[in-house]
Amino acid sequence: MRAVTAIDELADLYDLVVVGAGPAGLSAAARAAELGIDVLLVDENPAPGGQIYRAITTTPVGDRDVLGADYWRGAEIVARFERSQAAYAARCTLWSIGPDETAPENDAFEIGLSLDGRARLIGARQLILATGAQERPFPIPGWTLPGVMTAGAAQIALKSAAIVPAGRTVIAGCGPLLYLLAGQLAAAGTDIVAVLDTTPRANWLKAAAALPDFLRSPYLAKGLKLMTNARRSLRFVGGVTRLAAEGADRLASVRLERGGGAETIACDTLLLHQGVIPSVNLSNAAGCAHDFDEAQHCWVPRLDAWLGSSVRGIAIAGDGAGIGGAESAALRGEIAALGAAERLGRIDVAERDRQAAPMRAELARALRGRRFLDLLYKPAPQFLAPPQDETMVCRCEEVTAGQVRDTAVRLGVTGPNQMKAFLRCGMGPCQGRLCGPTVVELIAQANGTTPAEIGYYRLRPPVKPVTLAELAALPQTEAAVKAVVR
Amino acid sequence: MFRPMSDAGRSRSAESGARLNFTFDGRPLTGRAGDTVAASLLANGIVACRETPVSDTPRAPYCLMGVCFDCLVVIDGVGNRQGCLVPLREGMRIETQHGRRQPEELL
Repeated sequence: MRAVTAIDELADLYDLVVVGAGPAGLSAAARAAELGIDVLLVDENPAPGGQIYRAITTTPVGDRDVLGADYWRGAEIVARFERSQAAYAARCTLWSIGPDETAPENDAFEIGLSLDGRARLIGARQLILATGAQERPFPIPGWTLPGVMTAGAAQIALKSAAIVPAGRTVIAGCGPLLYLLAGQLAAAGTDIVAVLDTTPRANWLKAAAALPDFLRSPYLAKGLKLMTNARRSLRFVGGVTRLAAEGADRLASVRLERGGGAETIACDTLLLHQGVIPSVNLSNAAGCAHDFDEAQHCWVPRLDAWLGSSVRGIAIAGDGAGIGGAESAALRGEIAALGAAERLGRIDVAERDRQAAPMRAELARALRGRRFLDLLYKPAPQFLAPPQDETMVCRCEEVTAGQVRDTAVRLGVTGPNQMKAFLRCGMGPCQGRLCGPTVVELIAQANGTTPAEIGYYRLRPPVKPVTLAELAALPQTEAAVKAVVR
Repeated sequence: MFRPMSDAGRSRSAESGARLNFTFDGRPLTGRAGDTVAASLLANGIVACRETPVSDTPRAPYCLMGVCFDCLVVIDGVGNRQGCLVPLREGMRIETQHGRRQPEELL
């Protein structure tokens, strides 16, 4: 692995650029490099691992039992990548993907990168986007209060800095990560006063059809172990139907409703989680088509058998291709790399298929049982489209659920892009990452239809912050100047 | 507000990680080399790191992975820095970002 620490060290053109150093990106870059492809891996974090293997090379947490065996599997994935000949640019963001109109003879994309406050445009013949997933937004009244964070944030804090929430902590939501995190934080000494489960009781029936596969999957043993460990010593409250974070300038308590009753729990930290969804901003801005996956209830890029998107030359691997978990992410990264290798002429179709065959079999096994989890942990409607008008939907521009609903109805808004023009939701720095899904749900509800019918924000580059100074300092090539000056 | 995890789980490297000096709104604080700015603020019990441009409402880091942009702080005079993506360095001057980024003075 060749570390790139300054933007000048990048080549002008790579055969393959992989975006994201989680299990998918690391595996794709390693496989590509092993096949002799000139590959660059870029990642915005200081060290590899993505989210699931966050800080795997730097974690100050020494006791391996705290984070669990699954986490430590990531070490070998990173080690393989480090043994490869791939170039690796850490702390480097990729903010745009477009056709290279000034050098079409390269048959490559022009990508915008930024490292240490300096930007550069380089070429990439093939791209594999492995930007992973993000927490599904969990809009409840008061979720913007200091003291409210995602469950993922607490996990990142633990893995990368060995710190845990200081006072009384409540964990709320649904999904396997809830139990995993409760166990990890408890083992690390956190005072968890309650775990509030919002899994709709009705989901058990809907998920029943997928149960046989789940029972044959690797998840069952893991899940049961997580749940039993967590439930043994923590207070669990199931069937929670309403949540609100309360406090003046910071979180002071959580109010919950369940069955016929309500309860207020004083606390200092509230960790929210209701599953993860693919991060689509980069693929969307690059022009890739997305469809609404009903089972996972989220937008997923449209992909072929080699994870190629609707844009020729861009493949998408890992959870960004659809939620599948860490093991499947690594396998999809490998398959995407094989696809890219064939398109680059490195290997022929027969060789590509031969190498991919065992991976496809493993992938099928790794994905078995996901459908059950998807159906069981689909969030209740009130946590997707908050009924309380005062709930913040767009955290950046401070647009509430009431405003979105009201505008949808009174002005007959049928899509999120139109809503953005009216209310500014989606115009803030997060570029719709935390409001998009909710805005879509609210418009769908107002129109009596589904998210699939409503569509999503149309993203445009830059998809990561870049300053005017960086853009102004971009080197001007002859061709680029000619393109503008007439 | 965060604190170091219980002693039982910490490795030697956590305890012997270099301490870095930095300031937050002028207050001298210390952090661990390898932690991000956001993690260092949380570990020091800082509750809010910015006020929103729309309503001056206090906010704190929410996702710690570069997605939410609620961890925006001013670092060494430059605003709109995502604290969760910036590694802490010795002598950093970190400040609450009050509203939108203020343009730096042209020297």
